[in-house]
Amino acid sequence: MRVRFWGTRGSIPVALTSADIRDKVAVALMRAGGRQFASIGEAYDFATQHLDFSLSHTFGGHSACVELETGQDDYFVCDMGSGARPFGAHVLARQSGRPATVNVFMSHVHWDHIMGFPFFGPAYIAGTRIRIHGCHDVIEQAFRLQQAPPCFPVEFGQLSADIEFVRLAPGKSHEIAGVRVTPQPQMHSGESYGYRFEAQGKTFVYTTDSEHKLENRAQTDRFVQFFRDADLVVFDAMYSLADAISVKADWGHSSNIIGVELCQMARVKHLVLFHHEPAYDDSTIEGVLRETQRFEELTRGTQALKVSAAYDGLEIDV
Amino acid sequence: MPLAHRQYDSALVLSPAGRLDHDNCEAFREELAPHLERSAKEGTAIVLDLSGLEYVSSAGLRCFMLAAKQAKAQNSRIVIASMQPVVAEIFQIARFNLVFEAYPKVRDALASLSPGAVAAFDRG
Repeated sequence: MRVRFWGTRGSIPVALTSADIRDKVAVALMRAGGRQFASIGEAYDFATQHLDFSLSHTFGGHSACVELETGQDDYFVCDMGSGARPFGAHVLARQSGRPATVNVFMSHVHWDHIMGFPFFGPAYIAGTRIRIHGCHDVIEQAFRLQQAPPCFPVEFGQLSADIEFVRLAPGKSHEIAGVRVTPQPQMHSGESYGYRFEAQGKTFVYTTDSEHKLENRAQTDRFVQFFRDADLVVFDAMYSLADAISVKADWGHSSNIIGVELCQMARVKHLVLFHHEPAYDDSTIEGVLRETQRFEELTRGTQALKVSAAYDGLEIDV
Repeated sequence: MPLAHRQYDSALVLSPAGRLDHDNCEAFREELAPHLERSAKEGTAIVLDLSGLEYVSSAGLRCFMLAAKQAKAQNSRIVIASMQPVVAEIFQIARFNLVFEAYPKVRDALASLSPGAVAAFDRG
């Protein structure tokens, strides 16, 4: 099982500005200190090994789109945020003209989670089969609405792919192309759903746009059970804890601290911070990651929890 | 959770001890509630002396947040003093350092509240 991140930003896509790039290059040149590189490979190694990730890379700016590769022919992907555009290019390149079957799992239909679909190349290819799974009864309506005039030049009905909407029952397990998929209701405006995917003895949980009320012990227990013994949990860590339970309470998102605590209780192996706050720059996200790793160290029980921050292009073998 | 308290002039020093987490946060809130009410009635400020607090989870931090909100709503003050290094780190990571005024020692906190409080503390 491999998880590949095509979009990791929360709420709205963001892009680096020309000033951001200039500043990164300038600081990198300073850090290089006049060093000479005999090849691009040597320069690449220096950048990777000696510069902070937030300087030599970017966490990226596409909104939510996370692929689960299972080794089967079928594609699995969570959400159709703006990361669906590069994901679609990947599908087309890999299929080399062969028709694809793409299983989409929708957390909910807020705009940042559907906006990539009109730019999802395979939707325009006859023979492609797209099955859009979810628990809401408004998913088809939302997908059609965003392509209706005057919002987009190509109406949903003009797409050439065979597109089907599949309603899933929350809390129940569904066998889909060799993968056991269990949706879980989450607290978010209009409700959202997390997904637990189990295949080949591995478990991956995708849980974004999900607020956790600390006073609700039953809700905490339900999520611990949902995460139980997962190999990888992709978690909405958009806000600091202080913001999440004060000025941004009821905004439908969570924090790094709650992610660590839930994963520790559930004995998860690897937590990935996801749905990054769009106002955060790369350095801030890297800072949040380091602090979260430190918090995990401070609160560790008998089992260590690996903590990473998602970035567009990250691949994790589970 | 035992909540020892001492009065210094117009300031009340409360001293939670041990661990504050999901298991005892509601008991802590119940212990804290009458002190917050009294603070509103009598115009006293509260210093949370965290020198005995070994660990605080998100549920415990929520108790502090609720206390801060109540104090703000009733125009009283609540400040923090003497955090152990681990608790101070957790406050920083959770951004609670932006919610509370924090002081290295109880005396520093009292000095920020009123000359009478710190004078009473110095008198022992």
